[in-house]
Amino acid sequence: MNEDLKKTLLNPIFKGNPITVLVLGICSSLAVTVQLKGALVMALSVIIVTGLSSFVVSLLRNSIPNRVRIIVQLVVVAMMVILVDQVLRAYAYSIDKQLSVYIGLIITNCIVMGRIEAFALGNKPIPSLLDGLANGAGYGMILVIVAFFRELLGSGTLLGFRVLPESYVPNNLVILPPMALILLGCIVWVQRSIQKDLQEK
Amino acid sequence: MNTNSNVYTIVYTTIIVVIAAAILAIAAMALKPKQDANIKAETISQMLTAAGFSSKEDLAKLGNDQILKMYSDNVKTAFLIDAKGNKTGELETAVGDIELQDNLKVENKNIAAGDPQLPVYVFEKDGAEINVVPVYGAGLWGPIWGYVAFDANCEKIVGAYFDHESETPGLGAKIKDEAWFREQFVGKKVDFAKPDDSFDIIKGGAPKDDAFAVDAITGATMTCNGLDAALDTWFKAYMPFLQKKAGAAGVDEGACCGDGCGGESCSGEGHCGNCNHEHNHQEG
Repeated sequence: MNEDLKKTLLNPIFKGNPITVLVLGICSSLAVTVQLKGALVMALSVIIVTGLSSFVVSLLRNSIPNRVRIIVQLVVVAMMVILVDQVLRAYAYSIDKQLSVYIGLIITNCIVMGRIEAFALGNKPIPSLLDGLANGAGYGMILVIVAFFRELLGSGTLLGFRVLPESYVPNNLVILPPMALILLGCIVWVQRSIQKDLQEK
Repeated sequence: MNTNSNVYTIVYTTIIVVIAAAILAIAAMALKPKQDANIKAETISQMLTAAGFSSKEDLAKLGNDQILKMYSDNVKTAFLIDAKGNKTGELETAVGDIELQDNLKVENKNIAAGDPQLPVYVFEKDGAEINVVPVYGAGLWGPIWGYVAFDANCEKIVGAYFDHESETPGLGAKIKDEAWFREQFVGKKVDFAKPDDSFDIIKGGAPKDDAFAVDAITGATMTCNGLDAALDTWFKAYMPFLQKKAGAAGVDEGACCGDGCGGESCSGEGHCGNCNHEHNHQEG
């Protein structure tokens, strides 16, 4: 694998993470991180949507009329999101019900449109696909980390299985969205103390 | 080719939209049977939860087939009634071809028009009948619905389950999420003396001795008002049926004054007309 592809693939995971560095997609990351299962499905959905949308738009990039490019991008993204929603409704109905609103809101997730505008319109399909997948994965990774702590401390379970002893009293504050924001802040803090060049002077 | 000309732009967007629409239509058609099966199992598991056979969480772990089987095993009969409470048709309950009257939105309109076909699902549990009926109405953001289970004489509510499409998580969504909310309905009654306002969800807490009311949810005024209206509308539509059942069991309809409203509200009138709850419909 050449250097460029490696950078495309790894940069969004850590150094240019869409949530902690670009601060995109905060809304859904607060909303769907109460349970690890929901966060995993959401992460997977976003990875698929960002990857495939970037790929398709990149295929079309030389033919898209510049004046209507946002509309064309939206059609592609919306189509992917509806497809993901339909498939989930058929094969993971209870999770789809739990996530329904937020699956629909992937359309407005800034990460998807942001990567299409910034990357897919100017790059070949394969690198665009990888860029989309990697950004989705960067988003999903943060989602899973936050959901891990929220489910562990808020319900004493992981993926529905009890891991903390029965004597542990679940912390209801962790289940509420404000705690997700605080956890997110802690992750940004940890990342910035490791990566000094992200710190503002 | 000039990709910025008007003709090119129009032709291009048309083609893209047609292709996208075709892909979505094919996907929707291919996945529809599977989705319908899921929705059916979901509806049935809501009924089973309301009737007290299992909990929604346990049912979620079962496959669709097991849920359908559980329904078939426990249901005694299912039928449709008209606005006067007369039976107009049967619903198939055999496991292979279970019929449900689950398009509640349409029936909600038919109730307003005075010509509904309302389903009653009669389950049998520990030798006693349980009559499960649906309710449907408008919440704050979208439809809300649920199933209410009555005992054999349709006197007392023995269970309820509510669901919603898009109520606010943590507020209106509690009608589904919070077990205490639906557990309140157990042991409550429908007020036959007030067909237009036969059940109440009261903000600030229902009086302890009020058999026709439950507590509302803090911060979910609009959802609770919507559910209140849904219960009133559907209980009214079912009232002839419920009264027939209760009447057949030899229940005095005036009895509600005794244990329902407390002694003082019955004074003079001899029915429950005075038993008005102070509603607080203001948003707060």
